[in-house]
Amino acid sequence: MSIQEIQEEVIEEFGIFEDWMQRYEHMIDLGKSLPLIADEFKTEDNIIKGCQSKVWVHAELKNDQLEFTADSDAIITKGIIAILIRVFSNQHPKDILAAETDFIDQIGLKEHLSPTRANGLVSMIKQIKMYAIAFQIQLN
Amino acid sequence: MFDVNEIRKDFPILERTVNGQPLIYFDNAATSQTPNQVIEVISNYYRNYNSNIHRGVHALSQEATDVYENARQKIQHHFNAARAHEIIFTSGTTHSINIVASGYSKLLQAGDELIASAMEHHSNIVPWQMLCDRTGALLKVVPMDEAGVLDIDAYKDLLSKKTKLVFVNHVSNALGTVNPIEEIIKLAHVSGAKVLIDGAQASPHIKADVQALEVDYYVTSAHKLCGPTGVGMLYGKEELLNQLPPYQGGGEMIAEVSFEKTTYADLPHKFEAGTPNIAGGIAFGAALDYMNAIRFETIAAYEQELLIYATEQLKEIDGVKIYGEAPHKTAVISFNVDDIHPYDIGSILDKMGIAVRTGHHCAQPIMDFYKIPGTIRISFSFYNTRKEIDTLIKGLKKAILMLK
Repeated sequence: MSIQEIQEEVIEEFGIFEDWMQRYEHMIDLGKSLPLIADEFKTEDNIIKGCQSKVWVHAELKNDQLEFTADSDAIITKGIIAILIRVFSNQHPKDILAAETDFIDQIGLKEHLSPTRANGLVSMIKQIKMYAIAFQIQLN
Repeated sequence: MFDVNEIRKDFPILERTVNGQPLIYFDNAATSQTPNQVIEVISNYYRNYNSNIHRGVHALSQEATDVYENARQKIQHHFNAARAHEIIFTSGTTHSINIVASGYSKLLQAGDELIASAMEHHSNIVPWQMLCDRTGALLKVVPMDEAGVLDIDAYKDLLSKKTKLVFVNHVSNALGTVNPIEEIIKLAHVSGAKVLIDGAQASPHIKADVQALEVDYYVTSAHKLCGPTGVGMLYGKEELLNQLPPYQGGGEMIAEVSFEKTTYADLPHKFEAGTPNIAGGIAFGAALDYMNAIRFETIAAYEQELLIYATEQLKEIDGVKIYGEAPHKTAVISFNVDDIHPYDIGSILDKMGIAVRTGHHCAQPIMDFYKIPGTIRISFSFYNTRKEIDTLIKGLKKAILMLK
């Protein structure tokens, strides 16, 4: 599936929730089911700075596609990561670079985009795009 | 008679909703809300007599100067400073501390010692570390115990002839501990050291008397006590402020300027370069008027009731651990629930319209001491209610259910 298609799927999935509590419960479930990053990649280098909760992101290129693994010590943050990984993992770097991110607005998680929340969602997206740039150069 | 429902009418922001719920504001240690009486003063300034102070010959300028200088006197009287010019208007506590730390560059030598407490806000650590880098002075730290109480015996051991300056917060922002500053100041003076007290967290609850304390420098911010952001004060004893070189150069702070030599103005102007936050300074005075009309004793007594009530309620919840249980505390509670990340609980409470603080509260050394990433901090003001605490407790229980 393309990034666009996955985003639409996520939007539809969140659309069935009637209130914020159901949305958050879903996100917490997603967080709990997130496959963990391998311990060897849980390094200082892979920590995204500026987050209230710790976030580690690691990327690997497999068959011209970027695979992301990540973890956090806060469960809601983990839920957000799980969504981001679902959208951006196993995609070609150039598609990741071209992708829009306004789906986050549409699933009612806009407040997590605010820099004051310091949960690093903005930094996470930036980091994902940075990896895409780096691997895109490698592919060229 | 103190009637919280009457008081709440003074604060228009308390009528708003957040995420569809009535706002419950428990982040007062970060900044307090502003009553109509203060908002009116700011609005009135811009509507009626906005002009630059201290230099115009025209009526508006004189009017603004009079009201601004009158605010300085209100601050002087509130803190019982001996002279109005010992009150320096600053942009806030951080600015005030930097004025002193910067000035001490000229007054220290390599090997001199400074003493801080283990529970300082970063703003009362970093400027001094920078000072140590510039001068070769050494920074020593008074440790605290598990309850969040400073070890005064260890402090006595740290004090010596080499100690030049001690800086401690009156109240810890992360733990609410009220530190025994009278004793800290006395002991420092016996050793010949000067003392700066960071009063940012104490000022909304405790009326400090700088002459009775014999404190050398006392600093605070207006926005912690119902005033606006961007204005604060540095109190310093006259002779000490006279010894301290100016922090910033510019207009207002000079006596005479030529390209060969400039002489500085007298206190307080020496430290007030540039056009100040005039409306802010005036509103600072109005905020003190507002709080003094309610009386600080009344405010503190009511807030203590809230503190005791909330502490009891919190302790009944399984897994709650409170950080900072000093016998003498202001209405601040820092806590965690089991190993749930504070960020998770804070995010869910926000959805319920409850504003709390999560994180390290700019006091990372305290978090390192307890070996935690941060805490949830609730901090009360006199406009909070028991009913709001009940709503918080209910919301917190719901959040815990969701997160477990």
